[in-house]
Amino acid sequence: MPLDRSHIVRSYEHELDHLRSLMAKMGQQVEEQVGLAVITIEDHDEQAAHKAVELDPGVDAIEREVEGLAIRLLALRSPMGGDLREIVAALKITGDLERIGDYAASIARKAVKASLEGGNISLSGLLSMGKLVKENFHRTVDALTLMDPDLAVEVWHSDKGVDEYYTTLFRELVTYMMEDPRNIRPCTQLLFIAKNFERIGDHATNVAERVYYAVTGENLPTERPKGGKKEA
Amino acid sequence: MTDVMMSRWQGDRRTVYRRLKSRCATVLSIVAGIILILTLLSILWMLLSKGLSGLSLSVFTKSMGPPGTHSGLGNAILGSILQTGLALLIAAPFGLLCGIYLSEYGGKDNRFASVVRFVADILMSVPSILVGLFIYQLLVAPFRHFSGFSGSVALAVLAVPVIIRTTEDMLRLVPVAMREAGAALGAAKWRVIMSLCLRSARQGVVTGILLALARMGGETAPLLFTSLGNQGWSWDLSKPMASLPIVIYQYAGASYEDWVQLAWTGALIVTAGVLMINIVVRISSRPQ
Amino acid sequence: MAQGPIGVFVETDGRNRSEIALGVHDLNFYYGDHHALHDISLDFPARQVTAMIGPSGCGKSTLLRVFNRMYDLYPGQRATGEVMFDGKNILDKSIDLDILRSRVGMVFQKPTPFPMSIYDNILFGVKLHERLSRSEMDERVQDVLTRVALWNEVKDRLKAPATGLSGGQQQRLCIARSIATRPEVLLLDEPTSALDPISTARIEELLDELKEEFTIAIVTHNMQQAARCADRVAFFYMGRLIEVDQADRIFTNPRQKQTQDYITGRFG
Repeated sequence: MPLDRSHIVRSYEHELDHLRSLMAKMGQQVEEQVGLAVITIEDHDEQAAHKAVELDPGVDAIEREVEGLAIRLLALRSPMGGDLREIVAALKITGDLERIGDYAASIARKAVKASLEGGNISLSGLLSMGKLVKENFHRTVDALTLMDPDLAVEVWHSDKGVDEYYTTLFRELVTYMMEDPRNIRPCTQLLFIAKNFERIGDHATNVAERVYYAVTGENLPTERPKGGKKEA
Repeated sequence: MTDVMMSRWQGDRRTVYRRLKSRCATVLSIVAGIILILTLLSILWMLLSKGLSGLSLSVFTKSMGPPGTHSGLGNAILGSILQTGLALLIAAPFGLLCGIYLSEYGGKDNRFASVVRFVADILMSVPSILVGLFIYQLLVAPFRHFSGFSGSVALAVLAVPVIIRTTEDMLRLVPVAMREAGAALGAAKWRVIMSLCLRSARQGVVTGILLALARMGGETAPLLFTSLGNQGWSWDLSKPMASLPIVIYQYAGASYEDWVQLAWTGALIVTAGVLMINIVVRISSRPQ
Repeated sequence: MAQGPIGVFVETDGRNRSEIALGVHDLNFYYGDHHALHDISLDFPARQVTAMIGPSGCGKSTLLRVFNRMYDLYPGQRATGEVMFDGKNILDKSIDLDILRSRVGMVFQKPTPFPMSIYDNILFGVKLHERLSRSEMDERVQDVLTRVALWNEVKDRLKAPATGLSGGQQQRLCIARSIATRPEVLLLDEPTSALDPISTARIEELLDELKEEFTIAIVTHNMQQAARCADRVAFFYMGRLIEVDQADRIFTNPRQKQTQDYITGRFG
């Protein structure tokens, strides 16, 4: 139910618009971090890794700004209905985005380490997973920016693929480690990276769920579509 | 400070003219007020200076009599009290009921109510001498003698429209919410009117009745044709009866000095009575 | 058990099944030629607070005044349809209005203390319907004043005029006066719009207790108030019932766009 009419109190409408633009900005920056993390893996680009880490404080700052604005709106405007849902969703979405940013930075750092430590392990599987996560997250940010519930549902479903990737990679890396103990160190890094990508996917589904709730007022089913089996 | 800023503080000629006009209006209003107070004070002064010397206990205890007999006004005072009292007994219930009818039952669309209201308004402005003549035709001429009773009726006719108007106005001031709150508790309409509306408008209604009383106390004209006047003591309302205004009317122009003195004293008593009623009204209508 | 769109019973939040105190079916209301309410069907579950919200002139107060036939005071106002209360259609000509009004109490926007003592205010309605002994009357006065949390404030001046109370106290007195006749339904027409926030909070707290015993229908312009007090909320617009639902649902996720626009302040 998009609100096609504007609020009678114009400053309230302005504050809501500001909240929306902050969310979009935060989404873009985190998306950039995720993109840089993938580039780090693909091109062994230390520069990109550096950038991904550098973006973190900015993302944190936006999160705090959103929190402040949301609390202000709740206290001063007594939002109802769709406005209320949107503000509460924004509070939680920034949390998810902030985590995603952290994971992206962490992936970038670990990817640099893994490439320094070398090893003959193929990164192609991890790279494909990273690209899928990046693609999914891109659509999540679109869903967030456009407040599009259909797109949100689509993203929510596609996280299944990420989970499946993770299960496959997990098995693969464990096999490497069993083959040759010298692989254990780099493989552990790669396992962490895979895990982080998987977490990014989870948080992206959270964002999608919250976008869906903010717009429709309904919750998506509590059980998310899970690809692969749950890890121990 | 710049010139522009200065100029906004300085008035032009029109401002000066306006201020002058305003001062003139203020002064004129104050002068009018002073004249009014002076008039009232001079009346009171005249009454006191001329009437007070004649005031004694015998004025109240003795009846009127021939000149030079140290007579009093006792019978006239008694007559005035009896006649206005009876008039009030007739006028108050009647006026109250009419007022209640107009306020509570006679809405905007009620033709009969608008007629009643119109008649009451006209009655209020009818010259009192006409009322006297009317009652003379109605209650004196057919019985072939004047009576205190007919005087009371004439006074009542004068009082009724005043009571109707104040009762209606005062009841209309009672908030709709009060009536609805009464009805919402399951009270019937008459109950709401009697227990809530009249109670809430009590002060105003009582004020109206007292004002009517004050008006009746000073009326002479309607009594001339009805109760006529009486030289002696009389409690009998079916006979001619004395009253203060008539005594004043008869004695003031007399050539006997003691009668003139009595007229002044009577005027003082009437004025004091009316003044007292007005003061009572003032006090009773003051918000508690 | 439920028949058609309006059942004898409705599902309600927290309670399994609740009986219906007032059942409105196809109600239409006219001020002369003006058609003020259109085909209203709405149930008021017993011992719950149902709030009616909507912009001015939407008909919410009109509906409230149907429930105690207040409109009968004014010629030219009439209602058609059905309002079931204790097995009878209260719109029926045969209904004794004085009895109806002793069973369906009403509290108004502005406090309406009667020009008499606090004690007599409470007993005004009671005396119309019951014959009580002196001690029973004393008991009733203490009981209702205690329940509106006014007893401690006024117990030493029961004989003092009620007009001497503060606005908030007067309104609680009016509520006490209404419940003194032991009604089953309590109608509140913007009961706190003339009160300060503290007095308002007291009244809202009071509603929470009163709903243990009474079915409460409240008209309010204050959406936060409806959100705080009501179990169910009905939204009216232009004389029609747009939506009725549990309060939390109405204020977080209304079904109708008009409701959404209204509660978020996008009406216009």
